[in-house]
Formats: sequence, structure tokens, C-alpha cells
Amino acid sequence: MAHAQGQQHPIGIYLKIWGLLFILSTASYFVDYFHFQGYLRWFLILLFMLLKAGLIVSFFMHMIWERLALIYAILVPTLLLLVLIGIGALEGHYTSFTRGAFFGNAVHAPAQHR
Amino acid sequence: MMQPVTTSSAQSLPLPEGLQGVVADWSSDQRAFKNVPWGKAMMWIFLLSDTFVFSCFLVAYMTVRTSTTELWPNPSVVFGLTLFGKEIPLLLIAIMTFVLISSSGTMAMAVKFGYEKNRKMSFILLLITAALGATFVGMQAFEWTKLIVDEGIRPWGNPMGAAQFGAAFFMITGFHGTHVSIGVIFLLIVAAKVLRGDLDHERPGFLTGRKGNYEIVEIMGLYWHFVDLVWVFIFAFFYLW
Repeated sequence: MAHAQGQQHPIGIYLKIWGLLFILSTASYFVDYFHFQGYLRWFLILLFMLLKAGLIVSFFMHMIWERLALIYAILVPTLLLLVLIGIGALEGHYTSFTRGAFFGNAVHAPAQHR
Repeated sequence: MMQPVTTSSAQSLPLPEGLQGVVADWSSDQRAFKNVPWGKAMMWIFLLSDTFVFSCFLVAYMTVRTSTTELWPNPSVVFGLTLFGKEIPLLLIAIMTFVLISSSGTMAMAVKFGYEKNRKMSFILLLITAALGATFVGMQAFEWTKLIVDEGIRPWGNPMGAAQFGAAFFMITGFHGTHVSIGVIFLLIVAAKVLRGDLDHERPGFLTGRKGNYEIVEIMGLYWHFVDLVWVFIFAFFYLW
């Protein structure tokens, strides 16, 4: 078993993941370089981000070779962050709405690029 | 009268896999994390807590950005570099990203060579990792200088738009840069241990007194990959969004 002597895997895996990370980073840079906007931009940014994060955690940090008990102990609590993100989004939009209601006229559409 | 129970310590029973394995591991009344040294399990727990710290920063950034009534400065322009008279968006950040990813690659290989007891290769790769990390911090220092001195961005305001831009930027990248700097220091310490053969000869560490072991290279690696992981999210949410 791979675990008996720590995590040992052929070097080719690391080099392939390295290459993939380079490609994905270049792709996400091009999203900005070619000025993709709107939902396409957000979809591509999130897609490349999640792919990169998944590759790093799975292979460089050896997560896919660990036992499920450890994987769940680390990844399940991380899902709680979705709640925090939800609360933050609600709060942000509410604050934006009240600012619009009370400070009126000078309010732009929130947070868009020029 | 006595009923002898035949046991054998020659080999442990095979561990159940899948969901059954999760239940068995957690309810075993011993150690929940089988097959991993406790140092590694604890590093994972630490990284989980660090995930929450960075998430708090990023969520805070999201709320101020959605709630501000001013225009958010366009990161593509703010972080652009002029090279040979041509404005290239986000160039420095892209290079920093590649530097950090490369350091992650060399780190992963340093772990591999460490477990193979290939001291020289492991040491060289750890040193390259530290050098790339230091390069990243250097480029970040350059970026901060450019933003503070040339573009007049402060934590409380800036000439381009929403005042919260500076606060979010300095807090998030500053905290990440601190992590990288600490990582570089620890990489150099681990590299020295590898070079001296402390890990081969199981010499006790000066701080913990634990026997030297190549597991510490992997644990160091977990931290370093995490720093790279956080940068993936910062790059997406702060620079590209």
C-alpha cells in the first residue's frame, strides 16, 4: 500500500498536474486579456479556479489517496462556507439597497467595471 | 477455564473502505485518522482553520464590493504593466501566478524524492521552492510599492473609485504574502535538515524533540500547496472578477 511508506507516486503525475495548472492559469489570464464580460466571464473564472483548486488539493496535497475519513473531516466543514457566502451576499445587497434608498441620486449600479 | 483468544500482532486487519470506512475510522475509539502521521492530520486541521480565515477576508471583500455605491477600480487596469510602450493587463500578477505554481510543482517533487531518501535532489528542489517563494514575495513588494507610491492607493481611499478597494487589497494580499514569507523561512529550515541528514538519522528536532522523519517534508509541502491554493482564489476573485 502506498501509505505504508508515506505518499509515493511516480514523478510523471506531478509533472502532468504542473502542466495542467500552467494551461489553466494561462486560460484564466486570457479571460481577462480578451475582455470576456458578463456571465461568460464569471463562469470561466469560476470554472478554471475550481479546476485548479481541485488539481492542487487532489494530487499535490495527495487528497485522492487519503482515506475517506480524512477527506470528509476537511472538505465537509469547508462546505459551511457556502452559508457564510450566502449571508454576506444578502447583507451586501441589503446595504446597497438602503444606501440607494437613503442617499438616492448619486448611486451607480453596484460594482461593475468601467 | 480460561479461553485463550488468538491474536496476532504480525499484521493489522484490513481497514474497511468507502462510507463504511468513514464510520469505522471515526467510531474506532482510537485514532480517527488511520494511515497518516498525526503531524499530517494536524497540519490538515490547521489548514482548515486557515481556510476559514481567508474565507472571512474574501467574503468581507465581497460584501463591501456589492454594497459600495462608488465604482470599483478595474483591477485589469490598476495592475497592468506598461512594457515596451504597450499596456499589458495584469502582467505582473500572471507572472506571480506562474512563479507560485512552479514552486508548488518543485515542492511536490521534493516530497517524492524525500520519501525515496534522495537527499540531494530533495534539498535542491526545496531550495528552488524557497527561491521561487522569495521571488513571489519580491514581486509583491514591487507591486505594493507601485500601488502606494505611484498610484496613491491607501487602505482608506484611492483616486480611482471605491475607498474599500485599498483596504480589501492590502488585507488580503498582505495576509497571503505573510503566509508565503513564513513558508519560505520554514522551507529553508526543512531544507537544512534534509541536507544535514537529520531526517535519515532520526535526529530529534531542536524545538519539538521529535525524531526526524521525511514526513515533515510532506507536511511542509501541505502548507506550501495551501499557500498556492489560496492564491488561486485570490487571483480569481480579486484580480479577475
